[in-house]
Parts: sequence; C-alpha cells; structure tokens
Amino acid sequence: MNLHEYQAKGLFKDYGLPVSEGYAVDTADEAVAAAQKIGGNRWVVKVQVHAGGRGKAGGVKLADTLDEVRAFADRWIGKNLVTFQTDEKGQPVSKIYVESCTDIDRELYLGAVLDRASRRVVFMASTEGGVEIEKVAEETPEKILKAAINPYTGAQPYQGREMAFKLGLSGNQVRQFTDLFMGLAKLFHDLDCSLLEVNPLVVTTAGNIHCLDAKLNVDGNALYRQKKISAMHDPSQEDAREAQAAAFNLNYVALDGNIGCMVNGAGLAMGTMDLVKLAGGAPANFLDVGGGATRQTVGEAFKIILSDENVQAVLINIFGGIVSCETIADGIIGAVEEVGVKVPVVVRFEGNNAAKGRQRLAESGLNIIAATSLKNAAESAVAAAGGKA
Amino acid sequence: MSILVDKNTKVICQGFTGSQGTLHSDQALKYGTKLVGGVTPGKGGTQHLGLPVFDTVRDAVDATGATASVIYVPAAFCKDSILEAVDAGIELVVCITEGIPALDMLAVKAYLDTTRVRLIGPNCPGVITPGACKIGIMPGEIHLPGKVGIVSRSGTLTYEAVKQTTDRGFGQSTCVGIGGDPIPGSHFIDILGLFQKDPATEAIVMVGEIGGSAEEEAAEFIRANVTKPVVSYIAGVTAPAGKRMGHAGAIIAGGKGTAAEKFAALERAGVRTVRSLAQIGDALAEVTGWA
Repeated sequence: MNLHEYQAKGLFKDYGLPVSEGYAVDTADEAVAAAQKIGGNRWVVKVQVHAGGRGKAGGVKLADTLDEVRAFADRWIGKNLVTFQTDEKGQPVSKIYVESCTDIDRELYLGAVLDRASRRVVFMASTEGGVEIEKVAEETPEKILKAAINPYTGAQPYQGREMAFKLGLSGNQVRQFTDLFMGLAKLFHDLDCSLLEVNPLVVTTAGNIHCLDAKLNVDGNALYRQKKISAMHDPSQEDAREAQAAAFNLNYVALDGNIGCMVNGAGLAMGTMDLVKLAGGAPANFLDVGGGATRQTVGEAFKIILSDENVQAVLINIFGGIVSCETIADGIIGAVEEVGVKVPVVVRFEGNNAAKGRQRLAESGLNIIAATSLKNAAESAVAAAGGKA
Repeated sequence: MSILVDKNTKVICQGFTGSQGTLHSDQALKYGTKLVGGVTPGKGGTQHLGLPVFDTVRDAVDATGATASVIYVPAAFCKDSILEAVDAGIELVVCITEGIPALDMLAVKAYLDTTRVRLIGPNCPGVITPGACKIGIMPGEIHLPGKVGIVSRSGTLTYEAVKQTTDRGFGQSTCVGIGGDPIPGSHFIDILGLFQKDPATEAIVMVGEIGGSAEEEAAEFIRANVTKPVVSYIAGVTAPAGKRMGHAGAIIAGGKGTAAEKFAALERAGVRTVRSLAQIGDALAEVTGWA
C-alpha cells in the first residue's frame, strides 16, 4: 500500500526524524491559514498524489506570497495531476501539502527496500539526490552506497557512519545522518515497510541533515497488524475497478487491450494474457478469481471486466484445482443472465469437474463459445473480438 | 525415486482441524499420503479424520515420528508455526498459506538458513510425488507417476505443466510449487539441484514469472550444474511495470524482473524456453526425443 508524502512525513515526525513543519489541507482557505501558521514569507506547496514526477508536472511550487499559495490550491484541488508515472488521466488531487521552505546546500538520496536476492532490508544512499535511483543504478552504480540490515541484530550505527563519511558529510552531520538512518531502519521494521525513500535528503545551508521528501510503501500482507497505516488508505488514488475488485478479494489490474480475461491463479492469469498476445490480440486486464472462487465472486468479476468499455470479448480460463468448474459455470450463467453480456464469451475449463462445467454451460442455452484447448481458447477470443487470429 | 517426499514420508498437518486443514488432509489421505496426525493447540488428545490430534508439533513428532509438516494456519500465525515445526525436528515444512508479511518471512528465512530444514512455500500449492505422497492443495488425479520434475512459482501453471506431461504419458517424478512470494523458503536453484541428483527425474520443467531474479539465478545454476534437459516458461510478458500481478512477488520493480530478461538469461544458459504455456509438452518431447 502506498502512502501520501504528508502521511509519510507525519510518521517520520513520530519517529523524531527531521522534516519541515507542514500541513495537509483540503481547501484554498485552509492552505492560506496553514501558510500563516507556519509564518515567514516563503512556502513550498505540493499536490498529494501517489505518483512520482510531481515537480516536473507542475505539482510542486515555491510560493512567495499568500496569494500564490491560494492560487496553487485553487488550481489543483479537485483536478488531476498527470506525470510521467501516471496514465493520461492522471491522479486526482484532493489535498495539498503546505510546508516551510528549506534552503538547500546539497541534495542526497537515502532509501531502503526489501531486497529479494539477498533477503535483507537494504539501505541505499547516494550523492545523486533528486535523481531517480534506478537511473543512478543504471548509469553510475558505483555512486550507490549500500548497507544490508542483519535480521537478528538490526541496523547498527556504524552502518550509518560508513555511509555518512562516504557521502562526504562531516562534523555534526555524521551524527545527524546516523540518527536518521537508525530511525528509518526502526520505522521500516516497525511499520512493515516494503520501500522507503527520502529523495532528496538535503544538507541545509545551515549545515543540517533534513528530509525534503518522503515516500513509504507498506506491505499489504501486514496491514492486519498496522491499523494506523490501514486507516491512511486513500482509494481515490487507485483505479476504481481495481478497488472494487479488491473489495471482493479479486486481483484485477486494468490493461489497455480489448479481451477481458477471467482466470484462476495469478500465474495462469498472466499466462493467459501472454497467450492472447501470441494469438495477435491484446488483453484488457489481469484478473485472478482465486482458489476460493464462488458463484458470487465470479459474478462480480464479470461485472468488473464488462465495466471496461474497451472489452469486445471475454476469455475465461479455469484450471480447477480447489475450485470446481461447475461452480464457475454457475457463476458465469448467473452473471450473463443478470448483467446481460453483449460480447462473445469464450470458456476453457480443465481440471476439477471440467466436464460437468462444460455441460452446464452447453445446457444453459447462452451464447458461449467452448474452447477445445488453451491455444484454441486464446485464438477464439481474439477472433471473436474481431482481431486477427 | 523422487525428491523431498515418497510413499514412506510421515506427514503431520498444522491447522489440522480448521476448514482448509480438514479439506486437504482428507484428500491427502484418500490419495494415499502417510498422514499420521495433526496439530491444533488445545485439541490434543482428540481424534480428527481418524487420526490423533496433538497440542504441539513436538508432541506430534515424539508420538508419530513424522518428518514432514504441512501448514494451513492463517497468515498471521505462520511465522510461529513454521518456527515451531523447525524447532521440533521436522525436516520438510510445506506452508500453503498466502499473505504472510514479508518481514516475517525475512526472519524465518534467516533462521532456516542456519538449519538443515527445507521450507517449501509459502503461498504455494505444495509438493507431490505422484502415486506416493501428496502434500498440499493440488488436484491429485491430474498427476501420473513418471520422469519429469516440475518446479514452479505458480499453482495453476504447475497444473498446466502437469496435465501436458500426463497427457503425453511422460508423468512426473515430483512436482514442487515454491510459491509466489518475494521471500520463499526454497528457490528454483534448491529444487533444481535435487532434481539433478534424482535418478527418477530425466527432464525438468521450470515455470517462472515476472519479479525478482530467481530465474536469472536459476539460469546460472543450470549452466554450471544441470545436465538434464530443462524446459522453461516465464509468465508475464504482457504484464505492465510497477503493478503487482496477483502474487506478492510478481512485480516488475524499477525496470527489473521482466519476462524478457528472464527468457534471455535462460536461453543463454541453454535452456529450451517456450513463449506459450501450451507448448511445454511439445518442447519436452523435442528436447528429450521422447515420443
């Protein structure tokens, strides 16, 4: 689960880490009031969306007057911000963050990920602040400093000091950086994070270490024990269909093709999308109905797939392991009758009760194309959608 | 022969009296698995499915001599259950449960690395040696005792590979679902090494997917250590970057973990890859010369 910058900074603050004074607001009036409360004559205003590239897209601004703060809020609240990381619609802006301004001497990078290959939480630091870390890793990998956290002992201050000295920090900054590193390591662990980034981490003109941005992703599997984080979930930042699917324990990812896919199992769902492409078509979505699929979830899955107006055919591919193909057949029949499916539906059943499922569909009198094999299923769906096959 | 489990493997079930534990234990017994009991704290001394229930894994091991355990407990309790099994002397732990926090698995895996215990999963269908021992949720009837070793990160893709090898009469030596999580108990290379040593395994099918670098590590391992023919399919050529495709571990992050990179690494290692999952059986016939 992704968090907004203002939420991440709030958590940083809880851990005593150096962030600016700032307030997340919903209206232009509140934005002005926040700026007055912070005081001074210069503020940073930032749209709060789950996407990088906000600055280049106009979603971050230095405001020198209260009128500029107001104008920024008026311009963005209720609108969508399009960045290189979003789709063409962009992400809706419901809050902006008003912050005190920081005078910057140097920009650095500090981040942490759950590294799958080494099976450790790994911190990364770089002198190349403000730049995407992937780009640094690609072009100048020697500029990335790493510290792997031992799961038994946790982070140690020496790891922070090592990075601090190599980053060219000196004097009091080394202690500040080490404290920040230790605090972030604790936060990462306590909050079940999967990714953490401070980009840029800055050295202020006064010589202090300061977190100018903050990004946190939290492990979705751990939300049951992270109640505070769960409450920060912002469904407005997710694709509406993906959010609806999640409410029914379905895994759905929207794509831009025209063949809707309903499959059991994540691997087979990806494999089915790949088959559609090999047959000359394009999948409209990834959808895993899961091993515990019921009549109801199949019906909901159908509705979600069909709510995408690009869908011109639906391909259902089920290898019944736990789930019975007969159950899926009943769900398909119920859904087709309920929502009135106008597009061709191709079904391939294999495994648990496949024959009974096929029979159920054949007897339903509905216009459902029964596929004879995996390859045939994908080709039939592409042909039915009017593409080449 | 086979790997990990055979007809003599004594198995217990953790989460035995729950709905999942009951359903799949019943099927395992019908398949012929030597399931010798189960564990549900507080229900020790009772019977379930005609087998003894124990309060702790240690009690179960002491009483039955079990060497393998299958775990169906909810995700929040899996770290505890896996570690209980490890400390009680279980040699093979198979965790079916999906949704375990990654930091829990990080700690579990670090501990496992200091022992000789093998963990399969979590978030996996389990392990089956056809005709001998079924530990997990896979449909037993699609399998056929035979000569292909199958290892996969996905449940239903394993079933597809099984069906294609059964339809052609090749059969399977053992099928291992290593699971779709970012921090699995066993990686491809662990299982590939076992298949290479197993006389009953004559060819290997490896089914990977996007995310992480386990397939690239497997490619390197195969190049250096595996002499048996390997056929591989990687799911997710059409998956967009940055999106989690159902499995916690199936995500292209920072441009890394794409299907294209994995296919390329495997091909460089001399593995026969297929772009269509429907071609696994054909490719096996081709590389082995089997009719």
